[in-house]
Amino acid sequence: MQQEYLLEMRGIDKAFTGVKALTNVDFSVKRGEVHALMGENGAGKSTLIKVLTGIYHKDAGTIIFDGQEIAPKTALAAQALGISTIYQELNLVPFQTVYENIYMGREPRTPIGTIDRRKMIHDAREVLEGMGISIDVQEPLRQYSTAIQQMVAIARALTINAKLVVMDEPTSSLDAKEVEVLFAVIRRLREQGIAIIFISHRLSEIFEICERVTVLRNGELAGVFNVDELDTQTLVNCMLGRAFTSAQRNKGAYAFEDAEELARLESVSWNVRLNGIGVDIKKGEIVGLAGLLGSGRTELCNILFGAEPPDDGSIFWLDQPGDIRSPRDAIRLGMGYCTEDRKVEGLFLHLSVKDNLTMAMLPQLTKNGVVQKKKQDAIVQQYIDRLSIKTPSSEQLVRYLSGGNQQKVLLARWMCMNPKLIILDEPTRGIDVGAKAEIESLIQEFSAAGISVLMISSEMEELVRNCDRIVVMRDGKKLGELTDEQISMDDIMDTISHGASEILTAKEDERT
Amino acid sequence: MSTGPVNPITLERPPLSDTLRKHSPVIMLGTLLLINAIFTSNFFTIDIVWLIIIQCATIILTGMGQTMVIATGGIDISIGSQMALAAVVCAHMLPYGILPAVIAAIIACAVMGLISGFMVGKLNVSPMVVTLSMLLFARGVAQVLNDGRILYIDQYKNFEFLGQGKILGELPMQIIPIVIVVAVVYFIIEKTAWGRRIQAVGDNPTAARLTGINATWTIISAYVFSAMFAAVAGLVLVSKVGAADGSNMGRLAELDAIAAVAVGGTSMAGGRAKVMGTLLGAIVMQLITITVVMNNIQYEYAQILKSAIIIFAVFIQRESRA
Repeated sequence: MQQEYLLEMRGIDKAFTGVKALTNVDFSVKRGEVHALMGENGAGKSTLIKVLTGIYHKDAGTIIFDGQEIAPKTALAAQALGISTIYQELNLVPFQTVYENIYMGREPRTPIGTIDRRKMIHDAREVLEGMGISIDVQEPLRQYSTAIQQMVAIARALTINAKLVVMDEPTSSLDAKEVEVLFAVIRRLREQGIAIIFISHRLSEIFEICERVTVLRNGELAGVFNVDELDTQTLVNCMLGRAFTSAQRNKGAYAFEDAEELARLESVSWNVRLNGIGVDIKKGEIVGLAGLLGSGRTELCNILFGAEPPDDGSIFWLDQPGDIRSPRDAIRLGMGYCTEDRKVEGLFLHLSVKDNLTMAMLPQLTKNGVVQKKKQDAIVQQYIDRLSIKTPSSEQLVRYLSGGNQQKVLLARWMCMNPKLIILDEPTRGIDVGAKAEIESLIQEFSAAGISVLMISSEMEELVRNCDRIVVMRDGKKLGELTDEQISMDDIMDTISHGASEILTAKEDERT
Repeated sequence: MSTGPVNPITLERPPLSDTLRKHSPVIMLGTLLLINAIFTSNFFTIDIVWLIIIQCATIILTGMGQTMVIATGGIDISIGSQMALAAVVCAHMLPYGILPAVIAAIIACAVMGLISGFMVGKLNVSPMVVTLSMLLFARGVAQVLNDGRILYIDQYKNFEFLGQGKILGELPMQIIPIVIVVAVVYFIIEKTAWGRRIQAVGDNPTAARLTGINATWTIISAYVFSAMFAAVAGLVLVSKVGAADGSNMGRLAELDAIAAVAVGGTSMAGGRAKVMGTLLGAIVMQLITITVVMNNIQYEYAQILKSAIIIFAVFIQRESRA
């Protein structure tokens, strides 16, 4: 007779150089359940997972897995026991083929000891098809989207006969459709009796896919819930340990009908990603770009900011043709751009908070090329206080800050320039709920101060909450615009699919 | 604005190894001095200080330029050849006067640096390949100008004063270019917007561009300065030796410079420039040689020891995995 619980962690303690990261944490997962592990950044989620997967060693407590007490010393040992982890940054090799990635490090052999490619290809195809994915496994992995790459990582876990799969923010780089595919795979795994630990900051996903939730707060267990008996407010309050209200744009009538225009893109085309799109932004308005991944949202922002030259079309700034050939030009006009990937395109990880915050502002802080330290320090301190950036000092290297605080540093980098327009690409990705609310209320403050905002978010609720107008995009074209009471999740989805059918009819018209 | 629950901020604080990393050049220098205090007789004399200044000069000068280039995420392995080029150009120009000779040498190298910088910064060619070609090119030009001979410059006593003279009694002349160049580079890196940009470009080129930094010019400027400092090192060397040998001067000097930068704690991947670290690193490298020689150990052992020190330095400065 099998135990009800596949995994039981009891009384787990873990400290780093005297600082407690986990205190007496209990965590248990049933067979074949999808179990969410929630908590703010720094709550101890990753530490707990790392203890489970053998990357950290617990100071106290017991781990019972599949009826036996275990204490994995390495990630490999945990894997051998049947615990697999799909990391946020996928640990796959993009230049190798799909099947090589699935079997990397444990390639099947032929009788004479060489690698049995035929078997690998065959088995890889079978595993993926079992998940409902049919792709050419002999193509290099980088040919495929992030979502598919994630599926490959999951397939890899399955071939190791995983009984428990840990997914650390698996949806953070997926669009709505890809998330559906992932969820379908998760449901299939659940039917096969595989348990899943699901870590995500997106509350809606927890309610959609998970059965139970364990919440951690400050390294301690804050609560375990059945999702059926749970509402958002309770969950968020439990995570934060306090009552929480999210920012909400005052949804009156659309107030920017007659407002002065700040920027306008006219029939811009670029590569195959943008096909003659036109978008305008009024002064003080918050414009959202909605659409699936690959709809050209980020590309549109890149072109407006001068990071890429458009192949065709024109940009107007305050009704004048804007001569924007580089980000320098865009910054001079009064734009700021927080890119999608903080670490890759935004932060200088080895430099201090101070340097990161003032990098764009340096020309205004220098006298004869020399940085005026007093002026710099004053500005840095002002923004650390204003945005309540949690850092021991302004000299702290920015890479030691949490995701939310890093994002605040990037926002401050542009706020201190007194910009006219701030472009935000996924401003709250990978950020915990508390910091998220702070950033959303900052966005509202921008608008109140007359600063326009152009924002992209894969979380439609975020756009609905914050935007005055939403531009829905697909395949590099504008499908429609939504204002005031039209703005709702359903309307966005409707526009995306309605527009899609329009395109289909157009294509059929061409054929006839 | 409300603050969230208190995160265990201590967790986000740099680990102990960071402190060790920060002070590693000082620790190594201290260790070397301690070893000498115990094993080397007559070590703590003022003559040793003069000797270190004279012998370290070229490593420090080239190391300063190398620090800037490495901070941009590049590397300049052509500086040994640049030194030879500067020496030969100078020797040819000395009949027209000391100042024209010095200026011509520095300009010649600056042009080489400009070419390297353009290819790296504008054309995006790998710095290793660009400066490897430049290593061959500058050496070739120096040898052509030399025409296979060694140019003796011992008749120009005023010029030789730069490498052989003493000021304020016993202080070697080399101290002047050292102090000037170190001060200039320290000022650039720590105090100017340009210095911040050099490190920003090395840390994250994409982010630098999106922050409005002209990465191309920032990179070019670093290579030009590196070449100019190499020229100064070549001038100091030629005036000390009294002859310009286009074929052999400055050979492998780039290795000492890179080693000094590595030991000094500048990130080899770019982004973090430690000017004073390079200064200490250069002294450490030279001190190893002096220690070995003064203890009557064969010089070859110094190389083995140096290699161990470099590996150790890079090892403790490696990025801890996130």
